[in-house]
Amino acid sequence: MGKTLFEKIWESHIVVEKQNEPALIYIDRHLVHEVTSPQAFDGLRMNNRQVRRPDLTIATMDHNVPTSDRSLPILDQTSAVQIKTLENNCKDFGIKLFDINSPNQGIVHVIGPQLGITLPGSTIVCGDSHTSTHGAFGALALGIGTSEVEHVLASQTLWLEKPKTFEVRVEGKRNNPHAVTAKDIILSIIKNIGTAGGTGTVIEYRGEGITDLSMDQRMTICNMSIEGGARAGLIAPDQKTFDYLRDREYTPKNYETLVDSWKENLKTDSDAIFDKQFILNINDIAPQVSWGTNPGMTCDVDEPIPSPDEFSNGDVNQKKGAEKALEYMDLKSGTMIEDITIDRVFIGSCTNARLEDLIESSKIVQGQKVASNVHAMVVPGSQMVKKQAEEMGLDKIFIDANFEWREAGCSMCLGMNPDILAPGERCASTSNRNFEGRQGNGGRTHLVSPVMAAAAAINGHFVDVRKLDLN
Amino acid sequence: MEPFQNVKSIVTPLDKVNVDTDQIIPKQFLKLVQKSGFGKFLFFNWRYDENENMKSDFILNDPKYDGSQILVAGDNFGCGSSREHAVWALDDYGFSVIISSSFADIFFSNCFKNGILPISLESEIIQKLLQETNIIEVDLENQIIKTPSESISFTINSHKKKILLEGLDDIAQTFQYEDKISEFEEKSTVPSVL
Repeated sequence: MGKTLFEKIWESHIVVEKQNEPALIYIDRHLVHEVTSPQAFDGLRMNNRQVRRPDLTIATMDHNVPTSDRSLPILDQTSAVQIKTLENNCKDFGIKLFDINSPNQGIVHVIGPQLGITLPGSTIVCGDSHTSTHGAFGALALGIGTSEVEHVLASQTLWLEKPKTFEVRVEGKRNNPHAVTAKDIILSIIKNIGTAGGTGTVIEYRGEGITDLSMDQRMTICNMSIEGGARAGLIAPDQKTFDYLRDREYTPKNYETLVDSWKENLKTDSDAIFDKQFILNINDIAPQVSWGTNPGMTCDVDEPIPSPDEFSNGDVNQKKGAEKALEYMDLKSGTMIEDITIDRVFIGSCTNARLEDLIESSKIVQGQKVASNVHAMVVPGSQMVKKQAEEMGLDKIFIDANFEWREAGCSMCLGMNPDILAPGERCASTSNRNFEGRQGNGGRTHLVSPVMAAAAAINGHFVDVRKLDLN
Repeated sequence: MEPFQNVKSIVTPLDKVNVDTDQIIPKQFLKLVQKSGFGKFLFFNWRYDENENMKSDFILNDPKYDGSQILVAGDNFGCGSSREHAVWALDDYGFSVIISSSFADIFFSNCFKNGILPISLESEIIQKLLQETNIIEVDLENQIIKTPSESISFTINSHKKKILLEGLDDIAQTFQYEDKISEFEEKSTVPSVL
């Protein structure tokens, strides 16, 4: 029987394997950030341990960095301490750090691919659940906890139970690919499989609807695998992947040799069997807007908010969850999505703050003004994305429309820095989680694509971007 | 890590599904650089109002559950962020057993690194345990939960059970395979970053 792409990567990284026990898996790339690493470095110190492979480890600061003027000191003292701690740890243990003033600083999942650090067929870990993003390059990329960060620092390996395989096949072609985006595809998938649908599995996204996507879009898909509960998301590498990674700052010297071997090996065999399968046809899918407090609570932009009964399909606990979500979100079943007015717009995060996201949303913003009831901001995913966007004049388009144009970081995706919602504020956000209080205590998050967020900023409420001329 | 001991305690019933790690420990508390002291921030936004007064309608604020070491909750517990701070907060607060119908993968794995036992049981049994008002006993060695009316068996991977019962240091275990790791590195074709 043939093997899946996941199985091939897994098998090529086994260091120790025993029956009915986790396998010891080698880790090729370890990405470190300020929030989930300090306790791991402390653990190393306490036990007098070293970092085994600093040459396979890189660090940056992204979660709690201010996105305002970088020449000013960080006012939040606990954030400042955490950032300083990362600097000290990287110095003490010999780890390459892209610090707050580096042109390569940015959200760890945006800079990995941009710098050519993310490679097909490799194993990548980071103390962050959205590590799944790197799966867009055909890497097995896993989010891990701090104890595991410490384990990888010390041993460059992890004990892992072998996940099951889950094929998500995306068929068909979108009628309007500028209006219906990768974000809408992944939100549709999660709406269907549920937030725990992928638990214990590695998803491989396959089919024409996936191969059609650019690398930036594929990263949006894999990024939200964790929102469907999956351990990781994967897309088999192809010519787009190989072209993207060529000539990056850290692209390996023997790149073409690597590409030859990737072409041969990194695909699921035609007779491989997945443990689980879900098929989505995207011919007619609509832009998606989340209405509740988890990413599965999502509906089409031209639909009314479902009733808890409709949403839960008879599951009592899900029904209770939906009732609580509507109460928290201050929304009523039956309200049309386009009638929901918003206070804030956030275009940013490791889900949707790459160059293509900014280009696409700028087309909607160009020559327009943000609605008077809305405060809108763009936070590029990395300083490199910011620079590229500025070279294209995108910053001017956003600033002229009264968007704030910020420095790179995770920002209001999780609100660890000063960028947060006030209680009761309603936000159209291109991020990945609409959990209660995620963007600020009492804040209400609606997950949408960058073009949907831009259109909501201009109109002050959600609009169906399929009605706009986006070509 | 301390070896896991049998637990005898009343149950704290948290009758919610999809309890995410943002709820277990909100982001403003992730800036701390140590592992201890997170218990007072556990379920912060559910426990306290905007003036940081205790909300009387939240289960953890009911004095009846003071000292409880067993949390029972609905499906997909610990979903979302990988933050181990969620487990540190539950541990520091005093919970050593979490029972749910299912757990998110990263949270589940984080529990074992900190001596916390996550137990998955059928939804019907969870519903019963949510109503249980008596002291129950969790016996890991025999994989049994004893309530006054019944004994409920649970499954756990034998390797994970051993880690908890012996309080093993993961990294020290791994260092026993040092030669295998070096061997792997010699034949690895993935280039260094730098």
